[in-house]
Amino acid sequence: MGTDTKLDLKDRYTDFFYENLEHLKNGLPEYINDKREAAIQSFQEKGFPHKKVEKYKYTDMNPAFEKQYRTYIQPKKIDFNLDDIFKCDVPELDTHVVLLLNGWFYENKTPQKQLPNGVIISSFREAANKYPDLIDAHYNGYADTENESLTALNTAFAQDGVFLYVPKGKVMDKPVQIINLLMDEEDGLSQHRNLFVMEESSEAQVIVCDHTLSGNNFLTNSVTEVFVGQNAHLHFNRVQNEHNGSTQISNIYLNQERDSNVSANTITLHGGLVRNNFFMRLNGENCENQTLGLYLADRSQHVDNYVHMDHAYPNSRSNQLFKGVLDDISTGAFNGRILVRQDAQKTEAYQSNNNILLTNDAKMNSKPQLEIYADDVSCSHGGTSGQLNEDAMFYLRSRGLPHKEAQLLLMYAFAHEVIGEIKIEPLKERIHELVEKRLRGELSRCNYCEMHCGEPGKN
Amino acid sequence: MLEIKNLHSVIEGNEILKGIDLKVNKGEIHAIMGPNGSGKSTLASVLAGKDIFEITEGEIIYEGKNLMEMDPEERAKEGIFLGFQYPVEIPGVSMINFLKTALNEQRKHKGLEPIKSSDFLKMVREKKDLVQIDSNLTNRSVNEGFSGGEKKRNEIFQMAMLNPRLSILDETDSGLDIDALRVVAHGVNTLRSDDNATIIITHYQRLLNYIIPDRVHVLYDGKIVKSGDKNLAIELEEKGYEWLAQEVAAK
Repeated sequence: MGTDTKLDLKDRYTDFFYENLEHLKNGLPEYINDKREAAIQSFQEKGFPHKKVEKYKYTDMNPAFEKQYRTYIQPKKIDFNLDDIFKCDVPELDTHVVLLLNGWFYENKTPQKQLPNGVIISSFREAANKYPDLIDAHYNGYADTENESLTALNTAFAQDGVFLYVPKGKVMDKPVQIINLLMDEEDGLSQHRNLFVMEESSEAQVIVCDHTLSGNNFLTNSVTEVFVGQNAHLHFNRVQNEHNGSTQISNIYLNQERDSNVSANTITLHGGLVRNNFFMRLNGENCENQTLGLYLADRSQHVDNYVHMDHAYPNSRSNQLFKGVLDDISTGAFNGRILVRQDAQKTEAYQSNNNILLTNDAKMNSKPQLEIYADDVSCSHGGTSGQLNEDAMFYLRSRGLPHKEAQLLLMYAFAHEVIGEIKIEPLKERIHELVEKRLRGELSRCNYCEMHCGEPGKN
Repeated sequence: MLEIKNLHSVIEGNEILKGIDLKVNKGEIHAIMGPNGSGKSTLASVLAGKDIFEITEGEIIYEGKNLMEMDPEERAKEGIFLGFQYPVEIPGVSMINFLKTALNEQRKHKGLEPIKSSDFLKMVREKKDLVQIDSNLTNRSVNEGFSGGEKKRNEIFQMAMLNPRLSILDETDSGLDIDALRVVAHGVNTLRSDDNATIIITHYQRLLNYIIPDRVHVLYDGKIVKSGDKNLAIELEEKGYEWLAQEVAAK
């Protein structure tokens, strides 16, 4: 990355793009590469989102991109086996594990590419060459590179990520677990690109875990496109647990066909600045979408969730539920947009955002947006930000529970509404445990990681 | 056991309790009756330590200690129990875990080890039988989805589990049908001993057919205006609270 600070910030990234264009294209097919230049131009027109951009009113992305990073335009060479230093420690969680190291697919010792039923889990890069027709039919078909400059930037730079394919009528035997690991001796920027294609009547469960394994400042700007075919079922879970010196931007573009069912739970435990974008398009009748989030922030963390729920056809149902506990001087934002297009009669779309602010300095900005063009719909939104329920506190204390215990029990119960929706039992139990520890202030991200690298953002 | 002297209490500038005097001895059951808005529930809340009420005058001595200096949880550990008029629904908090935590906090206070799981479950079964709760509490959140009657029985169930020395039952009878009322009364009577005391706060005399009080007090406009034995309750039921209002006005 160039170091000339006199250049406009976006020029720095655009220049870097053109300097490395041939390298970026290297090893990837034409149908991926021919989207790059249009994408960088779109990015160049808009630049990085800042607070004057409505969708980013509470989160300026510029400072994160102003820092100098190594950009991972090639995989990092490591001279040890990742499996030796990182093990997922969720007991009894039986999954197909794939690792991304700094955004690049990491070949495990035990590759699990041979899956029954014709299911494919592989490197996006490899799949792009191997299954061009399959990928070309979906790649960049849902991501919005025209309006979303960060998605455009990702599209310009995308080189690797995870590709998941579940053929028609197939049900995956166990969940796919994608572990995003960030590890380096210097600060780094990762822009991986995932694509999940679920054909008609297929079923899959996906778990995404985000971890940092070294104390450097990392910036991630990832894009995941998901196609959920007719009558397909997807249960998506994400656990964000990067250290507080990191910035994570996650852009998910999900397209649902008729009769499909999607539930997505995003649990944010740690991370300095987290911005999650969920673009959910219900592109057929009788779709069901449940998009849930739980964020626990303290110190100077900032967590911003943006949801765009697009009802394009009649008779679909969506529910957004985001809950947060904010401590110290942490800040949060929630912007949930429900768009009901003219044809989408009999839509049911609900949204709620509830927050507990533990200090007077913690802040939450919650903004619902309902844009409804159909006349026969049932939509609602609601939000609360406040302290714990005084009556419940008194009830618990009047039975002998100390103030702090009562408080924890209520926070835990508050969080439960989201955690309870996780359908993978061992994961649910583990999240319960992590959330409880987190609320007790006992969970530093490091205490179950073997690296003990320290958390720069925490001091 | 409990002595309240000239208690005055204020909420948001309004004086609700205007000089209460009350003495409750071990082994006694006291009934406090009175019309709506007379300060009955305020008195119950003040005794349990709800801090939205400010005590402006007077004192409360419990077992020789100044109760007003104690937090609600300390009071609970010292053996005070409030049966809520409106038990709070707490979604997500498991009834059983909550009760176990509460019981263990009280045991810790007494210098006892945490209760063994098997003993705890046995106790839960016994006490559930006492108040005829037949649902499985293990999977339920505190009061969530409980019917009105179930909530009240759940209060008596908790009382049975925690075995308090002084129980204050705030309108536990309101909204109960006669069967539920009998169940609640049976629970209270069974738990009664020479060592503990109970204050029953009620609007109606009906419960007192099943739980015979030693003393009956009438609370009116923040003061105890009349005290007597169980016959006072019957007299009140017949003549209504207007009768007392006139008597008070005549003074």
